[in-house]
Amino acid sequence: MALPPVTPAAPADRTRSARQGPHRDDGRAALLYLAPAAVVLLALMAYPIYQLVVISLHDYGQAQASGAAPLVFLGLENYRTLLGDPQFWDVLAATVVFAAVCVVATMLVGTALAVLASRAGPVPRTLLFLAALGAWATPTMAGSYVWLFLFDQDFGLVNEVLSSLGLPLSGHSWTFERLSAFGLVAAEIVWCSFPFVMVTVYAGITAIPREVVEAAALDGASAVRTATSVVLPILRPLLAIATIQSIIWDFKVFTQIYVMTGGGGVAGQNLVLNVFAYQKAFAGEQYGLGAAIGVVMTVLLLAVTGLYVRAQRWRP
Amino acid sequence: MAAVRRRAADVACLAVALVVAFPLYWMVLSALRPAGEIQAADPRPWTLAPTVDSFRRVLTAQDFGRYFLNSLLVAVVVVALSLVASFLAAVALTRLRFRGRTVLLVMLLVAQMVPVEALTIPLFFLVRFYGDVVPAVGLNQLGSLVVVHLAFSLPFAIWMLRGFTAAVPAELEEAAALDGASRFRFTWQVLFPLVAPGLVAASVVSFVHAWNDFLFAKTFLISGTETRTLPLGLLVFFKPEEQDWGAIMAGATLMTIPVLVFFVAVQRHLVSGLGGSVKG
Repeated sequence: MALPPVTPAAPADRTRSARQGPHRDDGRAALLYLAPAAVVLLALMAYPIYQLVVISLHDYGQAQASGAAPLVFLGLENYRTLLGDPQFWDVLAATVVFAAVCVVATMLVGTALAVLASRAGPVPRTLLFLAALGAWATPTMAGSYVWLFLFDQDFGLVNEVLSSLGLPLSGHSWTFERLSAFGLVAAEIVWCSFPFVMVTVYAGITAIPREVVEAAALDGASAVRTATSVVLPILRPLLAIATIQSIIWDFKVFTQIYVMTGGGGVAGQNLVLNVFAYQKAFAGEQYGLGAAIGVVMTVLLLAVTGLYVRAQRWRP
Repeated sequence: MAAVRRRAADVACLAVALVVAFPLYWMVLSALRPAGEIQAADPRPWTLAPTVDSFRRVLTAQDFGRYFLNSLLVAVVVVALSLVASFLAAVALTRLRFRGRTVLLVMLLVAQMVPVEALTIPLFFLVRFYGDVVPAVGLNQLGSLVVVHLAFSLPFAIWMLRGFTAAVPAELEEAAALDGASRFRFTWQVLFPLVAPGLVAASVVSFVHAWNDFLFAKTFLISGTETRTLPLGLLVFFKPEEQDWGAIMAGATLMTIPVLVFFVAVQRHLVSGLGGSVKG
């Protein structure tokens, strides 16, 4: 966006501001302008966060939820139960590994395709961007079912094609085993989240002045050297933001796991924290325990936020 | 040599585009296939007998038309309210001086990172409670989805619009003031149209979030079918033993079309809008 030339404030304006006291006036207007957003955020975000912590400190089951029994304050008992539950540690580890795999794959695919797009002609590039836009726009629910259908045991295209190539995959279930179910969900997640990375990195690449790259070439730098020593450092802030954004998204995935593995997989083998908390609270009616999982998840993600804020500061 | 490389990049680009677009193509194709071809797991990527039977099945037997309108109503109301509230807040945060502005900005950044999914439990009880006072935002009401998605969309929308409201030069405001325009008039008649690209990008993000929501719909809409949204309708429709894939793909297609249309219509603004937010 082109910025207009900076001109000193007109004297007339200065006297006007001095007379009316711009700061006091600003404060009142600011209050008015901020009020709608503030009311909504306080009532439906700040207060629920407080409530989440409160519920996590109580024995909050079905009886308490329906008002039939009084609340019993437990202190940190829910957290003690949680940390003593081997399933919690298993789910936490699965969540971290699953999110890490999704993030790394998304970043690699997105960045590689951004580089590819910057090398290709305008027509293939536009087609790639249109396809990516389609994947990006596909609602989570629709995407989950399409991938589930493609890999369906009996009617899926993948089994049909692979078994016609001679592989013994007719009737193979991709969601029965833990790793293959996680893999299928991860593939869907990468498919719908790489476009964000690709578009961001592509914008970063095209914003690099051509002279910079040409100068490196004139100085005798190889293509690899140019990429690692010139292009990469310029793109680093963008990559950092995209990575952290992906971590935040993939760490709290719910819909894909819930839909594709039928609520957490065979015997809960595909649970991630978010689905685990939901099942504990709304299926198991242990709202206190579910809230404690929510608090743990929030704290972990806010730690990542610290990284995000630092990445934002790297911006030129 | 360079030409060969360029050609290779073109071919790779096209191949990737095909792979990326394939699941969407398969979704639409399966929605249009006669049931027999799906039962036979026909791997041919075309059909010679396209039919809208699957669409008819979801729209009549399953009342998907109603779910579609419910989803649309929630998303549109969220977008409209969110635009007004976030625009006003962004103006306050960028063009007005007041104490505590920096604190608010940091809180806004933190608010974007709150995993709203973790708030399902307190929000469930809160919505139940608010519903006793204002029935329209209680459990099983679309209003409950509107208010929570409005809240979730605000931090990002405000953050994104900040870049746009800040970019409008102060001289313009001074000129408007000299011409006798009130602050209110300047905000709505000058500033609002000027930040249109940001508004478009913010509205796409809010729309998509509200439209995609499954978790809160599943939590709040616990009984009754008349307020179901599309994702919930699709979930209920999906029966593990006897999957009607043709109809599920038709439902998924119906769900994808509005977002796709919206995306393609505003894609130029979207890239510049998101770019603006990244550049801050």
